Amino acid sequence: MSEPHEEQAILNRSSVGFWIYLMTDCLLFASLFATFAVLRNATAGGPAGSDIFELPLVLTETVILLLSSFTCGMALLGLKTKNIRQIFIALGATYILGVAFLSIEVAEFAKLISEGHSWQQSAFLSAFFTLVATHGLHILAGLIWLVVLVVVLSRKGITPKFARQLTLFGLFWHFLDLVWIFIFTVVYLMGVAA
Amino acid sequence: MFGRLWFDAIPHDPIALSAVIGGAVGGLAVLAYLTYFKKWGWLWREWLTSLDPKKIGIMYIIVAVIMLLRAGVEAGLMRLQQAVFAASDMSPIHADHFQQLFSAHGTIMIFFVAMGLVFGLINLLVPLMIGARDVAFPLLNSISFWLFAAGFALINVSMALGEFSTAGWLAYPPLSTLEYSPGVGVDYWIWSLQISGIGTLLSGVNFLVTIFMMRRKGMTLMKMPIFVWTVLASMLLVIFAFPILTATLGMLSLDRTIGTHFFTSDLGGNPMMYVNLIWAWGHPEVYILILPAFGIFSEVVATFSRKRLFGYTSMVYAIMAIAVLSFTVWLHHFFTMGAGANVNAFFGIMTMIISIPTGVKVFNWLFTMFRGRISFKTPMLWFMGFVVTFTIGGVTGVLMAVPGIDYQVHNSLFLVAHFHNMIIGGVLFGLFAGLAYWWPKFTGFYLHEGLGKAAFWCWLFGFLLAFMPLYILGFMGAVRRLDSYDPSMGWQGLFIVAGVGVLVIALGLFFQFLQIAYSIWKRKELAAGPDPWNGRTLEWATSTPIPEYNFATLDAVKEKDAFWDMKQSFRKSSTDYQAITLPKNRADGIYIAVASGIIGFAIVWHIWWAAAVALVALIALIIIATMKEDTEYTVSAKEVAAIEAELQGVKT
Repeated sequence: MSEPHEEQAILNRSSVGFWIYLMTDCLLFASLFATFAVLRNATAGGPAGSDIFELPLVLTETVILLLSSFTCGMALLGLKTKNIRQIFIALGATYILGVAFLSIEVAEFAKLISEGHSWQQSAFLSAFFTLVATHGLHILAGLIWLVVLVVVLSRKGITPKFARQLTLFGLFWHFLDLVWIFIFTVVYLMGVAA
Repeated sequence: MFGRLWFDAIPHDPIALSAVIGGAVGGLAVLAYLTYFKKWGWLWREWLTSLDPKKIGIMYIIVAVIMLLRAGVEAGLMRLQQAVFAASDMSPIHADHFQQLFSAHGTIMIFFVAMGLVFGLINLLVPLMIGARDVAFPLLNSISFWLFAAGFALINVSMALGEFSTAGWLAYPPLSTLEYSPGVGVDYWIWSLQISGIGTLLSGVNFLVTIFMMRRKGMTLMKMPIFVWTVLASMLLVIFAFPILTATLGMLSLDRTIGTHFFTSDLGGNPMMYVNLIWAWGHPEVYILILPAFGIFSEVVATFSRKRLFGYTSMVYAIMAIAVLSFTVWLHHFFTMGAGANVNAFFGIMTMIISIPTGVKVFNWLFTMFRGRISFKTPMLWFMGFVVTFTIGGVTGVLMAVPGIDYQVHNSLFLVAHFHNMIIGGVLFGLFAGLAYWWPKFTGFYLHEGLGKAAFWCWLFGFLLAFMPLYILGFMGAVRRLDSYDPSMGWQGLFIVAGVGVLVIALGLFFQFLQIAYSIWKRKELAAGPDPWNGRTLEWATSTPIPEYNFATLDAVKEKDAFWDMKQSFRKSSTDYQAITLPKNRADGIYIAVASGIIGFAIVWHIWWAAAVALVALIALIIIATMKEDTEYTVSAKEVAAIEAELQGVKT
């Protein structure tokens, strides 16, 4: 196995690399936000944001995601104190909250589509669905990653590699939370206000 | 079951069909050779699964050279059409095929030739130049290369199955929307670029971390070789620009497959937004390519003038200024969109401003030569040719930065001549200089000097013959992408001159292949030591052939031009050998790329079940790759000593 200082070097490298990756992801979202900003009024006779957004539901989503960031932070604290039990519980809670978030999002999409407001109706809806679903797909990827982490933890315990991956997962999850805050503000709040 | 894919996808056009058959025969010949000489295991172990950036770099270059041949033939066919058949209906190239030719030519030359050569050289050189043993994430590097290879496979499959895009190298909507391009061509374009583009993005992350975190002790940022600085700037541009490409291609793909309305001309879609987005990536992309070429020239000029580079600090500032400014000029690609006088004026002025740091660099190189002991080896000739061609291209670029003039020459052959001036006379000459310069380091023998010079002169004069007429034609009103024009325009003479120019370039290319073949044949006579040019930077400090771990010992760096400093102060590398840890071979990159390629192919042809299966496989493969344990092996200090002793023997 690698020596401690070598392990620290790998952790540093991975963290910096992952931060840079997150910045590229941030730019991907920036492109989609810019597109949404251009197309937000291109409703082509279809509904505008204020006609279809249900703020209480979206606020629930926001609270759930913020809570999941908190539980994810608890998992990282558990890592510091090597408390496997805490990590399991916190990751489990994060998973449940993530699934709840995604379920609400899918239900929202399903409702819109059933009402005839799919992405095919207007450029505004195309931009809306794409931006929000891209975030949703990231959450899904995060949930898959979470399952892998839990499996690894239950098999091998806290190894340096697991610690590294959980740290990176934490960065990813908080990043998605941040992106959601922007979606909540730019898409939903400003959409309803307009 | 097979979506849109059926037997009628095989081309009927004689030229396309012969290209497919030629490619298939060539491919089968290679497979037969490998099988007959039982080379499969060797190929798999030594090359395909290798995580050694020196080998990955060479694989990048091989792919790029194959693509150079394909896109070169496409250029020749276009010139043939315009010089000979433009006014006749006897042409073997019909209009639709002609459109595929220019679309594929541009796409391939930028994404697979120029990018392939750039990433090849980056892989070969960056770890060595910063005195490191490897890149930051070796497996990720292999995945990047194989995603690039998957894009390469997809774009070549489009010749045999279906068609390629007819919408130009950037596929502007509404032409590239489903309404006007219902076939599979644009989808091939999207997915080959999407897959190789993600590879590029991952490479960008990888090399940034490599440069930031893996430098030899003592090598501060301001002591790095200029090539490494240019790579740093270029990779910064990659991580800022390529996500925009990913998003844009993604949206175009959604428009074409699930019926969104980002870029359609109905239901609120906005085609001009695509043009803005694609150039917000596309203009930085130009600098992603040219900056490493600048870096190569900086190394070449310093070495062959036997002087340290003039104005290192100003060079670094110029590089970073270009990197920042390159994001503020994209609109000059479409002044005619009509964004208004103020917007056009802003982007026109920014475009003129970005030429200032570029001018600074040219003067730095010239002052490096001033009072140097210049030896006119092939790499130096490429540099001097570059100064001429690049200056012409720069001047015509600034000319077009004036929106009023741009309205006249927009989309004309004047523009085509300008950007070929930058890409051939700038990027490609730089890459050729680099290949000639570093060749002996990686092979142990020189390239034959006489043939190299012959190739250079053919390229230089061929280039001038091929593209100077296009400037004139542009002024005469010839627009780009014409497959026919009326003889009364009086253009044919100049098109014939341009066609002759392409033949001369082809002769130059022939000399390059001859040079390589001859040099391999005569490699004993042309044998070169580890430091054949009296080099200045760390890559020349290790032995040739380069051991897999690059450097046996990691002595601290004291000065810029670290190796020159070592030679001047008579310091040798220490011999205090320690055990070295290296990554084991991994095939994960290949599997991941195959799955990605299948996803792309399946979406192109609407074979949804295959896309779903491949996606699940891709996720599983990524998880498996990250779970793998025992991915490294150790070379003990004793073994290092033995390898070094053997290499020192080779040296004499």
